[in-house]
Amino acid sequence: MTELMTPPRSGGCRNAPVLKQRGQREVFCGLTGIIWLHRKMQDAFFLVVGSRTCAHLLQSAAGVMIFAEPRFGTAILEESDLAGLNDAHAELDREVATLLARRPDIRQLFLVGSCPSEVIKLDLTRAAERLTQQYAPKVRVLDYSGSGIETTFTQGEDACLASMVPVLPTTEARNLVVVGALPDVVEDQMLALIDGFGIDTVHVLPSRTIDSDIAIGANTVFALTQPFLGDTHAALIRRGARHIAAPFPMGEEGTTAWLTAIAAEFGVSDEVFETVTSAPRRRARQAVAKAAETLNGKSVFFFPDSQLEIPLARFLTRECGMTALEVGSPYIHDAIHGPDLDLMPAGPQISEGQDVDLQLDRCREARPDLTVCGLGLANPLEAEGLSTKWAIELVFTPVHFYEQAGDLAALFARPLRRKSILGVAAE
Amino acid sequence: MKLTVWTYEGPPHVGAMRVATGMKGLHYVLHAPQGDTYADLLFTMIERRDHRPPVTYTTFQARDLGADTAGLFKKACQDAYDRFKPEAIIVGASCTAELIQDDPGGLAETMGLPVPVIPLELPSYQRKENFGADETFFQIVKHLAKPTEKTARVSCNVIGPTALGFRHRDDVAEITNLLFELGIEVNVTGPMGATPSDIARMGQAHFNVLLYPETGEMAARYCEKEFGQPYTKVVPIGAGATHDFIAEIRAMSGSTVQLDDDRLRQTWWSRSVDSTYLTGKRVFIFGDGTHVKAAARVARDEMGFEVVGLGCYNREFARDVRALAKEYGVEALITDDYLLVEKTIEDLQPEMILGTQMERHIGKRLGIPCAVISAPVHVQDFPARYSPQMGFEGANVLFDTWIHPLVMGLEEHLLHMFRDDFEFNDAAGPSHHGGAVQHAKPEPETAPEAATADNVIWLRDAERELKKIPFFVRGKARRNTECYAAENGVFEISVDTLYEAKAHFAR
Repeated sequence: MTELMTPPRSGGCRNAPVLKQRGQREVFCGLTGIIWLHRKMQDAFFLVVGSRTCAHLLQSAAGVMIFAEPRFGTAILEESDLAGLNDAHAELDREVATLLARRPDIRQLFLVGSCPSEVIKLDLTRAAERLTQQYAPKVRVLDYSGSGIETTFTQGEDACLASMVPVLPTTEARNLVVVGALPDVVEDQMLALIDGFGIDTVHVLPSRTIDSDIAIGANTVFALTQPFLGDTHAALIRRGARHIAAPFPMGEEGTTAWLTAIAAEFGVSDEVFETVTSAPRRRARQAVAKAAETLNGKSVFFFPDSQLEIPLARFLTRECGMTALEVGSPYIHDAIHGPDLDLMPAGPQISEGQDVDLQLDRCREARPDLTVCGLGLANPLEAEGLSTKWAIELVFTPVHFYEQAGDLAALFARPLRRKSILGVAAE
Repeated sequence: MKLTVWTYEGPPHVGAMRVATGMKGLHYVLHAPQGDTYADLLFTMIERRDHRPPVTYTTFQARDLGADTAGLFKKACQDAYDRFKPEAIIVGASCTAELIQDDPGGLAETMGLPVPVIPLELPSYQRKENFGADETFFQIVKHLAKPTEKTARVSCNVIGPTALGFRHRDDVAEITNLLFELGIEVNVTGPMGATPSDIARMGQAHFNVLLYPETGEMAARYCEKEFGQPYTKVVPIGAGATHDFIAEIRAMSGSTVQLDDDRLRQTWWSRSVDSTYLTGKRVFIFGDGTHVKAAARVARDEMGFEVVGLGCYNREFARDVRALAKEYGVEALITDDYLLVEKTIEDLQPEMILGTQMERHIGKRLGIPCAVISAPVHVQDFPARYSPQMGFEGANVLFDTWIHPLVMGLEEHLLHMFRDDFEFNDAAGPSHHGGAVQHAKPEPETAPEAATADNVIWLRDAERELKKIPFFVRGKARRNTECYAAENGVFEISVDTLYEAKAHFAR
């Protein structure tokens, strides 16, 4: 590890008091994860069992409609389904039959629960078991909940991955499973780094198709690339796998720390580690330094959104010279977020959950140079003179690992640069 | 259950949000789970609004369901009042809250808030966004508008515009100006721009101008009955409809002021010789009922297009649109199934689509130009410039935006003559659009099939000849030829059949 990675002298944030408020939460529900998961898993279809609101959310959440025929859809519940006039399971079977007939390329079908399906207690697990029997071996049917009453935004991916863990084959072999949906190009970079370490039994979850030979067992170790995978983490531990705790691979330092933890687990020599990482580390530092010129000395305020907030705040404070005023996250898991909290210099208010009106009051009071928030808040805050970065872009853009470290910093620098180009007086 | 890929309308509470967000001094307390707040971004991102929609969501979670969601609602309602001090509050439930049956209206009523509280019943599992807007505005008018004396001078209300409406901002400006020129004052415009106290004095107007039946007809009918205010039936989209609208206004108001319509350039632009190439272009029209009805008239009577199909996604207008289709000699497509619309367009092979953002994407996929005439909206439907659809300027805007996607007159000829030019050819698309036009859909392969009674095959030579026809008319040629072959019992299409068909369909 480098000298940089030592915990801050002032102490980290792991034991800082956490502000917890209850009120209106301005966040997406877990269905949103389908937007990227359906692209990541190329033989999967996501069938939401829900309402018109769910369908409307899916086409609005990304801000754009993806009109290539998407591998997701909504089975919209109608009055007759609710009044018990229809057998919901028979209806679902019929929709699934139509769907699979039209899309013979589909190998995995996820039945995704929503707020209404949960409230009327539609048992999708039973439906998934029945449909699996019917369509096996060609199609595997699983279920998870992406409902707003159960999940917040990225937790949808967590629920989806967690639903896959129990059906993965068992192995006694020692292997490394890297968990979290990454853009293909980033995943390939990550695999190349690990391959460079000489670790050859590596699997990723989710894999791009159902045909991957991923297996889990008592000799499996796993690393998370996304900080919102709490349930998947628990499900893997239940299967006997062991978690390699580490800061998340965002920024040069985070990536190095993450790789260091894996290298230590597999007994990779310092020499090999240096050979594999020195060039990309240098590039990452260079690229980050450029964007950091804009960010250095500026303050940042995070509204809770994706659970990426803590690793991102660690990156911005340690590598880009920013000061965090508040770091809000929908949920904080010590086992997952702890290593990043250890590294983040003490000072910011850490908050979990949200009362959006009270948090807006704090944000206006603090007048940060940059506010990271959801799409519903960004333009209103800009109109009040605050610079904003939409949080969802951080989920939809390749930001992990060395080669993207500069892009990640640049995402935060862009709103500030734009303001200065347009000659808007800094507040 | 009904499988849906894309939806033309959101749920009804989004319609209520469009009313609340358009108005001022009104607040909406919505009993809804977390996640439903996504609807805020429709307004802040698509419409670029600089304020949050005036909506408080209770955002209940699973753990609240076993506890006290009713208490949560009352707290949210009280907090919203204390913080925003609105003149009136509307309360309602989203789809999930409807299932837990907390009765937001009843709960809010017991709270003794010092402002009017208007309960909304919007059945999420039966109705959609337009109904939600229409019903919400009706309830607001019913609760707040009181009978009063009419204004001394002739005045009217302008009814229907909402937040997130297709060009509502500019239509209102255009029509307000037109009414002003006719010597008529606008008493209240609503929902967009109105406060609850404005709504209270709607009864002062002599009549109502209903711009958008989708979102204002129930209120207009109510005012007709309660306040004796007749309302306009013509929606002034297109030159002809604008003239009819003016005539209707004159009849209602007695205005005899002469109007200067020099600004209406569209009629001459259409008659000028450059526009000859527009003649008989085959168009397919799809959108909300009101815009489709207006667009059909403009397309046929003012642009000289041929309407080959039309339809709407809002069932409330099915009867009107069916009648219209009959008048145009085509079949009406009444559906909110995006895939069915796509299939219909693919079958009809029009030269142009007048549709919504959804049809724009269908057009992109099929290589058919499309101009957007109706909601659902996209960020590009909120242009920075003034761009109404209604009134004289609206007619000008329609002309420009509808011909923009097309290949222009002389260019069309050149493409016919020299289709193999390496840089100015078929696949390059209209030259004023740069090189980006992609025609992703390959020509269907037909060779391997055998000819049967219900299956016509193309012989190799004919297929090759067909490819010499420029892309923007190739679909039509294919369709016409197959039609001709089927009618004449020809199972194999030769080059001769192709030209026989061309002569047959010549116009």
